[in-house]
Formats: sequence, structure tokens, C-alpha cells
Amino acid sequence: MASLWQYANPKKFMQTTSVLLPVVAVLAALTLGTGLIWGFFFTPDDYKQGATVKIIYIHVPAALMAINAWLMMLVTSLVWFVRRHHVSALAARAAAPIGMVMTLIALFTGALWGQPMWGTYWAWDPRLTSFLILLLFYLGYIALWEAIESPDTAADLTSVLCMVGSVFALLSRYAVNFWNQGLHQGASLSMDAEENVADVFYIPLLICIAGFGLLFVALVLARTRTEIRARRLQALIARERMA
Amino acid sequence: MMPDLGKYAVAVLSSYGVTLALLAGLVGLTLWRGARVRRQLDAVEQRRGEKQRGDNGQT
Repeated sequence: MASLWQYANPKKFMQTTSVLLPVVAVLAALTLGTGLIWGFFFTPDDYKQGATVKIIYIHVPAALMAINAWLMMLVTSLVWFVRRHHVSALAARAAAPIGMVMTLIALFTGALWGQPMWGTYWAWDPRLTSFLILLLFYLGYIALWEAIESPDTAADLTSVLCMVGSVFALLSRYAVNFWNQGLHQGASLSMDAEENVADVFYIPLLICIAGFGLLFVALVLARTRTEIRARRLQALIARERMA
Repeated sequence: MMPDLGKYAVAVLSSYGVTLALLAGLVGLTLWRGARVRRQLDAVEQRRGEKQRGDNGQT
């Protein structure tokens, strides 16, 4: 069986993703389109929340991806730390702006959903606050990559920041369980079927989550390919200057 | 075709509008930067190839 580590070779990664990326991108567009159209146009209003329930199809998948993007960055940062594979550090860098946009979407749609349901756009609730801190970590992570000229030093320092920020990524997920207070409800989805949202909302929600997940993968692959090219470009320009 | 969103129309439509705009911006920036870096890399590699051919005395 081919080892996963072969994809740490930039050439192998570029070869494989040149085939994989178009497939994932088309799947992402189809899945996301289906889920959002189904959720927006073909699901009923909730008996308590009215039409605002339609926000669930973007808010929940975006929030999930905001946390999962950081966890993916944690894994790739650890791989960089232990095995010094450049593709791994570049994949973490590529994922950060996507995670930041997902966090922004989760915060914005949450505020718009919260106003009619809770009577306020914002509250210093454990989950909301930990999400805001996660957004600041994303901004700090991106800024740190941009601020340091040496790519290896930048990868080292951002990896450390990523490990620290992982505490808040996990808190964002479990804040409701840790502190049983605040406005935000518990998880909308659970392995325990009795805790899930009603079936009529459940299937389009799962499709939207799959669509956001596939979009994330497609964007990470595309952006990692760009980062690999940018790194080679920098190396060639440096070599030209020295010649 | 358009569902009746009633008094929540602003909240729901703003949520979808901002989300789609942010996602479109992210995809657009990804494609734009990808194309720009690729163009720059092609130019540098072409220059490098020409220089190597010149160094080897080829025309």
C-alpha cells in the first residue's frame, strides 16, 4: 500500500491533486447547491423559530468547518514539527483564510439569527466568545505567516500559535457542555438520534455540511498548490539574484 | 417560488447574501492568486531555461 508520506513530496502532491481537485470542486458545487436550494426553497418554517430556521443550513456547516479547519491545521502543524515536511506546513497556511471566512460566516449568521430569537445580536456567551477568540487566532496566524520572511521560521512559529489556539477551537465546540449557561443551545446534530433536529431539516442540513466540507477540501487543495508554486518561485528568484 | 419569509426576511436574506458573497470572494481570490503565481513561475522558469540553453551554447 502506498504510504501517506509520499504526498509530502511536492511533485507527487501536485500530480495527484491535479486529477483530484476538479473532481472535488465539481462535487462541492453540486452538493452545496443541492443542499442550499433544498434548505432554502423546499423546507417548511419551524413552529417556534419561523423562517429563521433556514439560517441553520449555513450557520451550522460554517461553524463546524471553522473548528475543523483549525483542527486540520493542528494536525498538519504537528506533522511539520515532527517530520519537517514543507507541504504539510503549506497546507496549514492554505487552510487558515478558509477557516477565518467560515468563522466570520458563523459569527455573522449567528448574530442575525440571534437577534429575532434572543432579542440581541451579541452576548458574552461561552460559545460566542470562544468563537470570537478563534477568529482573532485566525487573524493572528495569518498575520504571523505574512510577517516573517524565512518560510521555515514562519512555519515553526505559526505551528506553535496553532497548538495554543487549538484550546479555543475545542472550547468553541464544547463550550456549551463545559459551562451550562449562556444563550446558545446545545449541538444541533448528535450521534444520538433523539437529540437531532427534526427529519425535515436534518437531511438538507447533512447535505449542506457535506457541501461545506467538500468546498473546504477543494479550496485547501487549490491553495496548497498555489503555496507550493509560490515557494518554488521564491527559491528561483533568490537563485537568480545570487547568480 | 420564493418562500414567504415574513418578518424574518431581512435576517434570512442577509445571512444568505453575506455568506454567498464571502464564499464567492474566497473562491475568486483563490483562483486569482493561483493564476498570478502560476504566470510568474512560468515566466521565471522560461527565463531560467533560456539562460541554461545560452550557457550550454545552444541557440
